[in-house]
Amino acid sequence: MVRATGKYTLGLVQELGDFALFTARSFADVPKSRRLGRRVVRAFFEQGVRCLPVVMIVGMFTGLVLGLQGYYVLNKFGSEGLLGTLVSLSLVREMGPVLAALMLVGQAGSALAAEIGIQRNSEQIAALEMMGVSSHGYLVAPRLIAALIVFPMQAAIFVSVGLWGGSLSGSLLLGLEPGIYWSAVERAVQSNDVIECFVKATTFGLLTTGLCAYYGFNAHRSPSATGARAVSAATTHAVVLSSIMVLAADYVITSFLVRT
Amino acid sequence: MSAPHDGLLLEVEGLRKRFGENVVLDGTSLRVKRGSLVTVLGRSGSGKSVFLKCLGGVVRPDEGTIRFDGREQRPEDRAARADFRSRCSFLFQGNALFDSLTALENVALPLEQTTDLKDREIRERSLEALKQLELEKHQDRYPGQLSGGMQKRLALARAIVTRPELVLFDEPTAGLDPLRRNAVFAMIATYQRQFHFTALVVTHDVPEALAASDHVALLDNGKMCFEGTPQDFAASENSVVRGFRDSASVLGTMLAEIRRGEAPSTDES
Repeated sequence: MVRATGKYTLGLVQELGDFALFTARSFADVPKSRRLGRRVVRAFFEQGVRCLPVVMIVGMFTGLVLGLQGYYVLNKFGSEGLLGTLVSLSLVREMGPVLAALMLVGQAGSALAAEIGIQRNSEQIAALEMMGVSSHGYLVAPRLIAALIVFPMQAAIFVSVGLWGGSLSGSLLLGLEPGIYWSAVERAVQSNDVIECFVKATTFGLLTTGLCAYYGFNAHRSPSATGARAVSAATTHAVVLSSIMVLAADYVITSFLVRT
Repeated sequence: MSAPHDGLLLEVEGLRKRFGENVVLDGTSLRVKRGSLVTVLGRSGSGKSVFLKCLGGVVRPDEGTIRFDGREQRPEDRAARADFRSRCSFLFQGNALFDSLTALENVALPLEQTTDLKDREIRERSLEALKQLELEKHQDRYPGQLSGGMQKRLALARAIVTRPELVLFDEPTAGLDPLRRNAVFAMIATYQRQFHFTALVVTHDVPEALAASDHVALLDNGKMCFEGTPQDFAASENSVVRGFRDSASVLGTMLAEIRRGEAPSTDES
């Protein structure tokens, strides 16, 4: 039991170190990668434009539900006027960055892990290395750079759409005065909340994109599967672990940035 | 470019590689003359591809020395590795083309990433390579939209666009029918002469290799058990060479034994 726990812990620490080196090397190889801008734009398109509809749809429904649930709870205490506060702080501090990141992991992250895994399987990564091209700089760095920009943007869009969703259910459906809702939003959200939102989104972007690229990149090292199954296993592992990491990192960041 | 080193471009001495308990290369040695077309023959799973990947730096050997143009290739000597990579190309068995890039982008990739050429020059050189391989009409197509033969030519166009001195071919005819095998070997021989590169091919297609090569080596049990000209190979009495060379007649004997109701005498050695 002790031996198994120790072995597992050592494996975990080794993998964490490996992941940290992988991410560091990807950034370190940025200067070696030529014509990086084009690939950053492409990654920006994949993570940003392609994922925008799903982020907006989920943002809208999250805002609608928050508006409904919040209204009925606050109504019991005669505090419907605080609906804007509840919806905005929930979205800005927690739900915006977390849910936007989870949506991005589900769409762009899984695609990234699968794409790099297939490139590993079909020797495209070996071909790059053989050409003297840094595979980290060519394949991973543009995605990481794009993630640092896209994740905060998607979180901001999620929050904005969510606020409109909250306003829709609170004002249009349940009859709360829109001015009351929006003035509560304005009073509640402080610059610290926005900073927290962006810090979280940036961290999630770096973590999840790095993890998805890492698992795709190392798909050939899977001990239990080869070929297409290894890519499938790597993709599943990447998405599951990224989702867990989003929530774990959210807790850690919140505990550091917690305020009254 | 440095001066020729005794006419040898590549020297491999005592290369060893094992994966766990499986010893794949057990002191493999080979010498490749500049401007020649050398073929390494061997059964499937004999370690030919691992040998080639060790040369290409894709797989790190456990022991042994590799000298390219007289300069030893040590993993820690980054300058030597960079020099080797800038003068060598690798054609993978599965072509390793980037399926998200067009034919033109695939060919331009090594130039874009490893040279300081301007965009216009890169495009011109890539188009020239595509034209030489008769693929200029397909420049905007993705690899998945090309036939197997076209993909092979596209991979060769990408390999030669940097004007390498050495091109390593990993099983270029794997999975092809006899006519296409001939065509691929003819293509390699033609372009090797046209572009004056040294070609090192690993394959198990004996007739095509003998017809196209200047020098033949046979890899068996992790060692080169034969090296010589195609004529030497044809005349060799080495049992492994004979087994390889006379595979058609061996099959005939086996089939005759099966038809007679006898158990076929297979020689795996």
